[in-house]
Amino acid sequence: MRTLFSENILSPSPALVPRPNPFELLLPSSAPAATSPSASVQSSPRQHEWLTQYSQSQQRVESEEAAQSSYVSNGPRPQYARRKGNPRLFFMGLRKSGKSSVQKVVFQKMSPADTLFLEPTTRIETDSLQSFVTIETAEMPTQLSATLPTWDHHAIFSNVGAVIWVLDIQDEYLSSIASLIETAVLLVTHHPRITFEVFIHKTDGLSEEYKHDTFREVRQRVQDELSDLGHGDRSVSYYQTSIFDHSIFEAMSKVVQKLLPQLPAMETLLNKLCSTCRIQKAYLFDTGSKIYVATDASPTFLKDYEVCSDYVDVVADIKQIYGWQGHGRARAGGEEASAVGESMVTYDQSGDTYVYLREIDDHLSLLCVMGKGSSVDKRMLIDYNVGILQQALLQVFKV
Amino acid sequence: MMERSKRQKQRKVLLMGRSGAGKSSMRSIIFSNYVAKDVRRLGATVDVEHSNIRFMGNLMLNLWDCGGQDSFVESYLSNQRSHVFTSVAVLIFVFDVSSREAATDTLSFASTIRALHEFSPTSKIFVLIHKMDLVPPDQRSRVVHQRALELRATCADEGFASQQVDFWATSIWDQSLYRAWTQVIYFLVPNASAIEEMLGRLAGLLEAREVVLYERTTCLVVTHVTRGVEEGNPYGDRFERMSSILKTHKHSMARHTGTMASEVSFAELQIKTGEFMLFITRLTENTNLAVVMASDEASFNAARVNVQLARREFAHLDIVEKKGKDGQQHAKGPVGSAEVEVRAMDDGEVSSSGRASDR
Repeated sequence: MRTLFSENILSPSPALVPRPNPFELLLPSSAPAATSPSASVQSSPRQHEWLTQYSQSQQRVESEEAAQSSYVSNGPRPQYARRKGNPRLFFMGLRKSGKSSVQKVVFQKMSPADTLFLEPTTRIETDSLQSFVTIETAEMPTQLSATLPTWDHHAIFSNVGAVIWVLDIQDEYLSSIASLIETAVLLVTHHPRITFEVFIHKTDGLSEEYKHDTFREVRQRVQDELSDLGHGDRSVSYYQTSIFDHSIFEAMSKVVQKLLPQLPAMETLLNKLCSTCRIQKAYLFDTGSKIYVATDASPTFLKDYEVCSDYVDVVADIKQIYGWQGHGRARAGGEEASAVGESMVTYDQSGDTYVYLREIDDHLSLLCVMGKGSSVDKRMLIDYNVGILQQALLQVFKV
Repeated sequence: MMERSKRQKQRKVLLMGRSGAGKSSMRSIIFSNYVAKDVRRLGATVDVEHSNIRFMGNLMLNLWDCGGQDSFVESYLSNQRSHVFTSVAVLIFVFDVSSREAATDTLSFASTIRALHEFSPTSKIFVLIHKMDLVPPDQRSRVVHQRALELRATCADEGFASQQVDFWATSIWDQSLYRAWTQVIYFLVPNASAIEEMLGRLAGLLEAREVVLYERTTCLVVTHVTRGVEEGNPYGDRFERMSSILKTHKHSMARHTGTMASEVSFAELQIKTGEFMLFITRLTENTNLAVVMASDEASFNAARVNVQLARREFAHLDIVEKKGKDGQQHAKGPVGSAEVEVRAMDDGEVSSSGRASDR
């Protein structure tokens, strides 16, 4: 059976013991043909990374299972690195820092201009995004402080995967930093496995230099304070965001990616695809919220993400206009095996594809920014490879 | 009439209205690739801004964006009267629906069309009731209707027949802007019916559900042909939506490739789903064609090939005003295979599966 790679990639020495690769870890049944031993040969340095991550997460899982028993994941499978089912995000920050706006814009597709009219949050609000993987979000109103002794932080934080602190850069942010440190310390001491993210928010309309300086300053301060308190090794991620452009989506994508156990598998698949089909950049988009859940290993630039995100919009809009018959049919009931949606746009006369989109399932799309050399003759190859990728992804998520 | 070369048709279009109504904003969005947000940067227009816009190759739009401040309007109506109002093909008058001086606006309108009637009594008037995004949605149709009634009366008073006047509600923040300007362009394109007829034949051959012709730079719909199933499409305003979608897409591509939006040269866009298949491709130098087909791979590929072959036919529409038959005779000269295809198209005998096997 044809593999996903060209012949040159296979190692010359055939008698290599197949090392356990990430696919086999996740799938009880045999992995698709594409992920044969050649996969492990190809990616040996990364291999160990995944294994380490995997064993770490396994340990974590075991300790969690021992700690509490609520919120069981789908099926009793403790040996897989499942983070208790769905990724859960928790938003914190000072008042009017933009927590509800971020949630509404990213997950509920509200227009950024409309967020002016949102009311202040008074109680802990939870929401969930139904997509290929359900992402649940919760937001804490600022009246309740994390360090109030009467406040049961165990109950709140026990299920959370990541805490996002939204810092308003256009307001007085020093007091925010103080609260940030308090919360970070609390989390580190009691809930060390929760990833801590800081969104340096409302960066729209500021000059590049100012943004850069403030970003550096905030990061420096927080690092200093944390190391003073003895938690210098705690990793905190910082993102510059604004709801008025794509930076918030990019940041959310990265946050969500950290919470997905299938990430290494998806990344490998994308890497393979990019190397064989000479794709410049590939993203796996969640079509509804336009967060990308995986990308390949090449350097990420915001403009690649922007063009893909805009293209997803174009295709979704056109589908809505001309796919009107489908709505009626879907409602009439019955699962129809509809053909896979795919789209591409070509620029300039050479006929090279520029952006290529392929639906994996209802919620997931593969988007590729193609480099040179994806002309018509190669299109067959690309189609075939993407088909294999699609099947592999469906298998990865079936578990 | 105007003495021009056979190749170019000049049409004079006046864009008038009170100061701040939105004339320059509309013009820059449609013709100069501004995004709606960018129009904040525009200042008041001083006197008249002339633009010559090539449209569909042989149509030259002579657009007069006339400043709306009272002093300029005074001058048009008095010392520049004949200069401004002679040989006008279309007057586009823009009303700001949120204006508090509706009566003054109407008076200004009345004096403008009085001048127009003196010098170009046969011209067409498009009244755009603009900035509709400032009106609450439930009141919109009522407000537009009322305004239209008043203004029709004014036009009748000044001697314009009711079919010479058209009313459109617009806003730069949605696709209504494209709809209104599409109507203006459609009125101005000289050989619209010839184009439609050829498109109709093409659509029949391709067995397409819908065929839409877009102008390349402005993404405005020139004309379209709808067949069969697609007549039931609930999105009646889909053409202007498509214009708006394509325009945004162009901007996004321009940002990514680092070129100007006006230079982005689109080759092809394809979308295939279970319900339909669509491709948009270059038809002539200045136009793109969008073809919507049923979800069938074979006929889709056949359609793409056929459109490529049909380009030769449509190229003639850009340059010469000769209708169908003559254009085809020209095509029979140079390339042998093209000749065969052209004749086949003429006879309409070729089935889509036959096409696919040729390739």
